[in-house]
This record gives sequence, C-alpha cells and structure tokens, in this order.
Amino acid sequence: MSTFRHVFVTVLFILLSATGAQSDALGIDVGTPVGVNELAKFYAIPPDGTGLPPGKGTAAEGKELFAQRCAHCHGEHLEGLKEVGGPKLIGGRGTLTSAAPVKTVESYWPYATTLFDYVWRTMPFDQPGSLTPDEVYSLSAYILSAGHVIDEKEVLDAQSLRKVVMPNANGFFSALGPELDMYRLAPGEPKK
Amino acid sequence: MASVTRQKEDDSAAKPSKDDCPCREGMKPRLDYNRRGFLLSAMAASTAGAVTATGAEAEKMKAPPGATLYDVPEDPTKEMARGVHEDGGYGTRSQFETETRIKAERPLDGTSWTYTPLASTIGNLTPSGLHFERHHGGIPTIDPSRHSLYVHGLVDQAKKFSVADIKSLPSITRRFFIECSGNTLAEWAKPTGKNVQVTHGLLSTSEWTGVPFATLARQVGLKENAAWVLAEGADAAVMTRSIPIDKLMTDALIAYGQNGESLRPEQGYPLRLILPGFEGNTQIKWLRRLQVSDRPFMTHEETATYTDLLKDGRAKQFTLAMDPKSVITFPSGEMILPTPGYYLIRGFAWTGRGRVNAVDISLDGGKSWAPARLDNDPEPMSTVRFSYPWFWDGKPAILQSRCIDDAGNVQPSRKELIAVRGLNSVYHYNAIQSWAVASDGSVSNVHV
Repeated sequence: MSTFRHVFVTVLFILLSATGAQSDALGIDVGTPVGVNELAKFYAIPPDGTGLPPGKGTAAEGKELFAQRCAHCHGEHLEGLKEVGGPKLIGGRGTLTSAAPVKTVESYWPYATTLFDYVWRTMPFDQPGSLTPDEVYSLSAYILSAGHVIDEKEVLDAQSLRKVVMPNANGFFSALGPELDMYRLAPGEPKK
Repeated sequence: MASVTRQKEDDSAAKPSKDDCPCREGMKPRLDYNRRGFLLSAMAASTAGAVTATGAEAEKMKAPPGATLYDVPEDPTKEMARGVHEDGGYGTRSQFETETRIKAERPLDGTSWTYTPLASTIGNLTPSGLHFERHHGGIPTIDPSRHSLYVHGLVDQAKKFSVADIKSLPSITRRFFIECSGNTLAEWAKPTGKNVQVTHGLLSTSEWTGVPFATLARQVGLKENAAWVLAEGADAAVMTRSIPIDKLMTDALIAYGQNGESLRPEQGYPLRLILPGFEGNTQIKWLRRLQVSDRPFMTHEETATYTDLLKDGRAKQFTLAMDPKSVITFPSGEMILPTPGYYLIRGFAWTGRGRVNAVDISLDGGKSWAPARLDNDPEPMSTVRFSYPWFWDGKPAILQSRCIDDAGNVQPSRKELIAVRGLNSVYHYNAIQSWAVASDGSVSNVHV
C-alpha cells in the first residue's frame, strides 16, 4: 500500500513538473513562450479572410494612389512595364488555353485575399510593407474593378473582400503526391 | 573578404612596417585595381627591375572573385613563399580558379537569379560561394542576435526561438540538393539555353546542418487538426509558402549550417527551411515564422506563381516534390571537342522522390541506352555524379542522360512530358536534355 502511494506520488510529481517546465520526452525545454500581442504583427490571409485588418477603400481612392505609388512599375493603365519588371495586372481572360497565356490578377489569380495579402506584404517594391490597410483595400478595389471583377462603386473591407469571387477561382487543383500523369499508357488528358 | 584584404593593404601602404623588405614585397597581394595598392606594387616591380605595369595589364591582373592576386615566382622552390595568416585568417581560392555564378539579366537584380557553373564544379557538393540564388526581395543583412523564429498557430504554447536556442537543440547533418522549380524553364518549346550553366544551373547541393522540425514541434505541442504550416522569411518579399505538415514531420530541417560553416547570407543567414527534394522556393530563407494551420493559406507564390498551367487551362498547385532529372555537364553546350578520341562523359542526376538508382546514357538521341557509372553513393534527395567513357569517332552524335530513381520513376523524354503537361507549365521541366556533337566537335543544345 505504501509502495503504491509512493509510486502514485512520484508519477504525479513527474506529470506536474513536466507540464510546468514544458520539457519534451527527451527533457528538452527551449524557446520563450509568446502571447498574442507579440504575434499581432504577423499575418497571412487565407481565402476565408481570417486576419484581414479593419479598414476600407474604393477604386476611386485606389486609382489616385496607384498613379503615385504603383504606375511607375505597373504602367499607368495596369498594363505592366517590361523594362522595369512590373507585371501586367489586368486582362488576359480566355487566354489560359492559348499558345500565349496571359496570367494576371484578373485572368489567373484564384483568390482576392491573395491580392490583399501580397500587396500589403511586399508592395510597392521601392518601399515594401509601407501601405496602410486602407490603402491596400483601395488598391485592391482599383485593380479588381479595372479587371471587371467587382463594381467600381464597391467598397472593399474585411467583409466584402472575402466574398469576391475571382474569374479563375475554379482553375486550380492540388497536385500533392505522386506524379500520376506520367503513369498513363496513353498520355493525354490530365486527371480531372 | 576582398574589402577587408584591400583595407589591410591600404594600411600597409600608408605605414610601411619595419618588417617590409624587398624580399617580401613581391609576395604581397597585388591588388592593382586599388589605386594605392597599384602604386605599391608598381614600386615593388620597379625595385625588382621589372617593367611597370600599364593600366590594361593591371586590369588583367585583377584577382577573380573570392581570390587574392599574388606574384607567381618563376620557380617556387627557389623563394620562401608567403607566410601564414596573410589572408586575415579566412582562406581564399587560387587566383587561377575563375568559375563564378552568372546572373540572369533582369530589370531588378534584387528579384533576379544566378546560375551555378555545373560544368566546372568538382565532386558532388557545390561550393557555398557558387550555390545558385533566386531572390524575390534582395539579400537582407540580418544580425543573428536580433533574429527569432516564431512557432505559433495550432500549437499548445506559441514560442519564439533565438538562433542560439535553435543551435542548442540536437541537429542533423545531411547532403541535399536544392533545385528551383523554374530550372530549365526556357526549354519547353525550343532549345534556348546555350550552355549547361544556363539550362540547368538553378541546381546546387550542400551539406546542411539543422534541427528537425519535429524537435521544435515537441517544444510547442501540435493541436490535433494541424495539417499545414506557413513558413515566412524576413526578406523584403516576406516570402510565404504553405507546407503540408506531413513533410515537415518527415525530414524538414531548420538549418543554420551549410558545408561546415554558417549559411551564406544569400542562402538565408541565419536560418532557412530545408525541405529535402521539394522545389527551392518552399525552402524559405531568412526563416522567421512557422504558423501551424488546418489549411493552406494560398499565398502569392502558391497561386499566382509556382503553379503549373496545363493544356486545358487549369493549373496544378502544390507540385512540391522535384521529379527525377539529369544532365550531361561534359560535353555540353558551347564546348568544342578538338579531335576524335576518348572523352569521359560526365554529369549530375537527382530526384526529389528518393535516391537515384541508375543513370543511362544514349549516344544516338535516345534510340539506345547503356548504364553510366555512378561516381558517388546515392543518398536520399541528393545529387549523384555519373560518368561514361566514350570514344568519339568524329561523326555527329546526340548525347543524352536519363535518371531512374529508387521509387522506379524514370526521367521522361520531352515528348512524353509535353504530352501530359502541354507547353505552358513553366515550372517543373525535367525532360531529358540533348546535346548535339557536330562533326567539327562543336556541342549545342537541341531537341530531338
């Protein structure tokens, strides 16, 4: 009886100390716990819009901002400037099956949340990460309305942006895993 | 390194030490592209009674990148040569070795890439200074004492790890290749690259040292619905990719070491993700954050780019493992075989789906095949050197290699590849490469 109690107390002690120190099975306890405040500076916005910041913007506001901050690389009419490396942002619908597909936000990108995330994260290239959420909503609205994806009057915010359906939303499929296409006796159509 | 050496030379030119004597001056670095260094070496040359170097000759005497220029004695057995530590304690390569990465001409160097000179590296590992580069926001300068890796999301306890924390954990050291999924992308429609550095040089192999992700996972605890992990870099592109957690828990490393020293800045100093066999872009450099999630985030680099457009207009996403591939590096594009005779065909083979099991060589454009010799032991997700002795009879020949991995995957011909992918995939071109040897001995890139 006393042996049982001794074992019980020892096991309880190990469990408590393991929980308290966060050490793993090998006894390793490394790293500093962090709370939500320290993590608040990070974001990555999936298609359901989780993490979209407060704020809003319209195409009209975005158009003005685009001329100041973006047009020197992407062209005045979002047509892209090859010589400075800024890609074309709109147009190209219906070209993806052609010999010269034109991949733009309008023709290719499957999610509007990706546009917001990428612009907020990296743009403009000469001052990366310098845009406010309002500015990113405005620029997103301008690019999407110029590409006839949303109405030019639409106000983009955390609620409306996640509801935008991109023209090529169904154009992608996950190819994780083995390359089955290479195992067809008569290669032709890829898997559906 | 070069600037440090230059500075030292400047100091010695300004303040000649008592130790300086004619017997030593000729052995000093001759950094003629530096004005004060030039004056010093010109003085040394005239002291020795030699002709003073002209500007053009001085230009010729410029040391290749990574080397320091020294005078070459007529007979090295008749002069005491330079002493230890003149290099400041970090050695340089020989001034006669000139291989360099070459860069792609792009509007912005910060979003460009450089190619590894595959035809002139030796052995299986790529020297760290020749490892290919692909950046999306330049090469950041990061002070490791101010850098942290955050692990959070679907975990029991979010944590940050300093670089010292990471280095305190048990590590693994292994040799893996990294290949950009855009390697060879100009070859879909027609032969484009003139030489193997351009066609296949977005491939390098290093010995990487780091901590398995699983070790970090035990430090934070994973929730039951953990399925994907977002990896994020601390560069101006704040590069993000979603990685299946299965891969991270299988063989991923949080790497801090490359070929026996810390990562090079252009390879992600102080921390990068290593995902053996996965496309290069997913192996996030300057790693600062891992966010555990139940779904992928659909970032820019897994939607707008690094997706493979097919003939029917749909695009494959998350084509992460690199398929079997190989290339002959000798003889290859722009080389010339001076006469008929014996040559040793050489090349690399690799696969992101296991180990290289065999490499075959064809001398007739794929009509017949014979096994090559494997020059090093195949390791998982690593390159293999192969070779094949060949007597060239002086007639036109088309040289090919194909890789077969231990899962049984066979590197496809270009025709087989485009039959399933079409011509617009951009990424993941792993077709058999053909080099045509003409009767005059010149070698060029062709499609058969």
